[in-house]
Amino acid sequence: MSSHASTDQLTGRIGRSWSGRRRWPLVSATGGAVVTAAVLLPVIFLIVQAQQSGWNQVHHLLLRHSTAVLLWNSVRLAVACTLLCAVLGVGAAWLVERTDVPMRRMWAVLLVLPLGIPDFVVGFGWISIDPALHGYLAAVMIMTLSLYPLVYLPVASAMANVDASLEESARSLGLSPLRSFLRVTLRQVWPAVLGGCLLVTLGLLAEFGAFEIVQYQTFTVEIFTEFKLGFDAAAACALSLVLVLISVAVLGGELALSGRGRVFRAGPGAARAGTRTRLGRWRVPSLAALGALAGLALGVPVGSLVYWLTQGNSSTLPSTSILAAAGHTAAYSAAAAGIATVLAIPVCTLSIRHRNRLTILIERLSYLPMALPGLVIALGLVAFSVRHAFSLYQSSFELIVAYAILFLPLAVVGVRSAMAQASPRLEEVGRSLGSGPAEVFRRITLPLIAPGLGAAFALVFISSSTELTATLLLRPTGVNTLATQFWTYTTDFSYGAAAPYAGLMVLISAVPAYLLSRRMRTISRIGQGA
Amino acid sequence: MNLGKTLLIAPFLLLCTVLLAACGGGSGSSSSTTSGGSVTLYNGQHEQTTGLLVKAFEHQTHIKVKIRSGDEAELGNQIIQEGSNSPADVFYTENTPVLEELQEKGLLAPVAAGTLSSVPRKDDAASGDWVGVSARVSALVYNTSKISASALPSSILELASPQWKGKVGFAPSETDFQPLVTSIIKFDGKAAAEKWLKGLQANSRVYPDNETVVAQVNNGESTIGPINHYYWYRLRDEQGASGTHSALHYYNPGDPGDLVNISGAAVLRSSKNQADAQKLLAFLVSNAGQQTIAHSQSWEYPLRPGVSPAAGLAPLSSFHATSLTPAELGNGSEALAMEQRLGLL
Repeated sequence: MSSHASTDQLTGRIGRSWSGRRRWPLVSATGGAVVTAAVLLPVIFLIVQAQQSGWNQVHHLLLRHSTAVLLWNSVRLAVACTLLCAVLGVGAAWLVERTDVPMRRMWAVLLVLPLGIPDFVVGFGWISIDPALHGYLAAVMIMTLSLYPLVYLPVASAMANVDASLEESARSLGLSPLRSFLRVTLRQVWPAVLGGCLLVTLGLLAEFGAFEIVQYQTFTVEIFTEFKLGFDAAAACALSLVLVLISVAVLGGELALSGRGRVFRAGPGAARAGTRTRLGRWRVPSLAALGALAGLALGVPVGSLVYWLTQGNSSTLPSTSILAAAGHTAAYSAAAAGIATVLAIPVCTLSIRHRNRLTILIERLSYLPMALPGLVIALGLVAFSVRHAFSLYQSSFELIVAYAILFLPLAVVGVRSAMAQASPRLEEVGRSLGSGPAEVFRRITLPLIAPGLGAAFALVFISSSTELTATLLLRPTGVNTLATQFWTYTTDFSYGAAAPYAGLMVLISAVPAYLLSRRMRTISRIGQGA
Repeated sequence: MNLGKTLLIAPFLLLCTVLLAACGGGSGSSSSTTSGGSVTLYNGQHEQTTGLLVKAFEHQTHIKVKIRSGDEAELGNQIIQEGSNSPADVFYTENTPVLEELQEKGLLAPVAAGTLSSVPRKDDAASGDWVGVSARVSALVYNTSKISASALPSSILELASPQWKGKVGFAPSETDFQPLVTSIIKFDGKAAAEKWLKGLQANSRVYPDNETVVAQVNNGESTIGPINHYYWYRLRDEQGASGTHSALHYYNPGDPGDLVNISGAAVLRSSKNQADAQKLLAFLVSNAGQQTIAHSQSWEYPLRPGVSPAAGLAPLSSFHATSLTPAELGNGSEALAMEQRLGLL
């Protein structure tokens, strides 16, 4: 195994070697370079802006007592939510993908949907149930319930792809179901678990809007204050660099946790679903748990939408076509999800198949957008395109690129776990039988990582469909999406008119979630037929 | 294997269609608007009012207006980043500090003299770089089933006293809030303003925005909340009489809380359509434009003399006496620094 790793590293790093082998890494390297450039763009914007500020003022801001409090608020929220999301996400994924819990298809869709609900609806829903819901615990609960799909989705797709023969061997060697889960199943989906947790942690560092309603202030509040009330982009960017520093620490920590252990299948190349764990008398409690999770995460916000619909609608806003807005949202989100997923492939290929310091760095960099407030990334794109690519400024293309950059980390996490599970042996066999690198990728790698690609696509699609900040800044003038229309109506108190837009956002998010669940079923069927 | 392939190819196909559609849509719309010129409006005002104004303007002048709506502060930051390349011709905002900020950065062009003189001069920029369009009055919303009108404070300063502990809701991060702090600083000095903020902080729930303040006072979570008057009228429009459990209370004339906030508009210095942009500004303060504001259910006060506000609103002249001018309000940086120092932001 170790000799293979070093051969990979050599071919990845050194230019000479067989000409045929060079082509494919070259494609990956190009993709990696594109990703690096795209991710560094907002970071460079930050540094350039921050340098224009009196660092004195930033010092002053950073050394305030309240800054320490806000940083502590951010950190303790991130830690608690990440742990809870890990437990809920892995638990739910295991129940749906690895047990005989009833109505699996329905759960597979419902459990993903909370990601597609605007923060505003979630916050509003909870506040209307209990107006006294404020502070740390409220923030932990609400954020956990809306972010756990970031863990659930990658882990579920990884579990669907888990090598059943390993689990069966473990059981046959006398391991209890629990120990076999911990030592075999969990180990195989570990990259997906860590990746999902990484997304939750970084996302929470940059999160802003959702906390306002439960009166929980985090470090990002300071950044927004500088932008929106002080019009001091320099100070805001300098403060954002603090988020970058924290993220570097988080990314380093995750790297250490992920270790160098290989998790790819030793056995057959094709996925084969093993026998699902029989829940037996745990069937009802398991159903109740899934029902409670979906009910809290989905039921509360959807409940507030239904309530809004029943309220009077006095809006005198010109009614724009809801279908046009839905069409824009679907098209932009699908395009962004496609681009982000495709860009994630070279990043993961490099960091897993050609692992060295440089490729690991590229992969780490690709997570940074998750930890930056959307406003920072959007303003960075404004500053860049207005000077260097004016014809693209405020075009559909630029908005799609913005989504792709913002949510690239989600795609990388989705692809990464699938790539880690796929055995490079099969690719080597393909090569030794005379196939070119492109053909090996198409016929061997792609089918193996397909569930991961699906998860990546779904995650980016759903997140893009609710994005507001970058959309307001970068959309073509006159174009509305579901999110911008929803915002327009809610800032005008027209909750009744706003509700259908939010409802449609949830429905649109259900499409990729549904397709993904079908796809994962197909895999299981193919496996069972084999 | 085939499934894997389609999974990869589908997004590509989608992307291509989107790009084609986007290109097609873009060129189509720009070629159809050549008749009477066109201006781009960055709109930080409520879309409802702007939409009606623009429609009337287009009808009158045949100049096409492309509206780009957003949060006024985010649009302000966007214009600063865009600099001399900004596609914006006109910027229309809810509050004046963002306009003052852009004026200080030299990004605004002088407004035509005739436009400025359509509204009282004190409601325009001192520099003449933006024109006042409409006004909101600072007021207190209170829950009618939790408190009687006679028990309400006559001065905004009282909100900081212990008797209101746990009863106040406010939104310190809203652009509407700094003017109140600035006003107290100007009336009573920095020390008094800081003391007031501390007291208010101890008494209050903090909400993300004014919409939430009104809604939560209306449903009884908070008893009173400082807002601009029109938020309550809009809530009443949405909730109807049966859903409205709150009312508005105004501070005593001459109180630091008796404040009029101006909504204004400006032409960008970088605009390549200066003439048409000035026409849009002139329309906003014309009789037709101001009548539109008065009848749009935006519940804002028109500023042009002779145009009366929507029925039910107390006349603007009953508030205006001691209110700070936009120049005195400035960009609100002093108030902001104080709020930050106290950890309100």
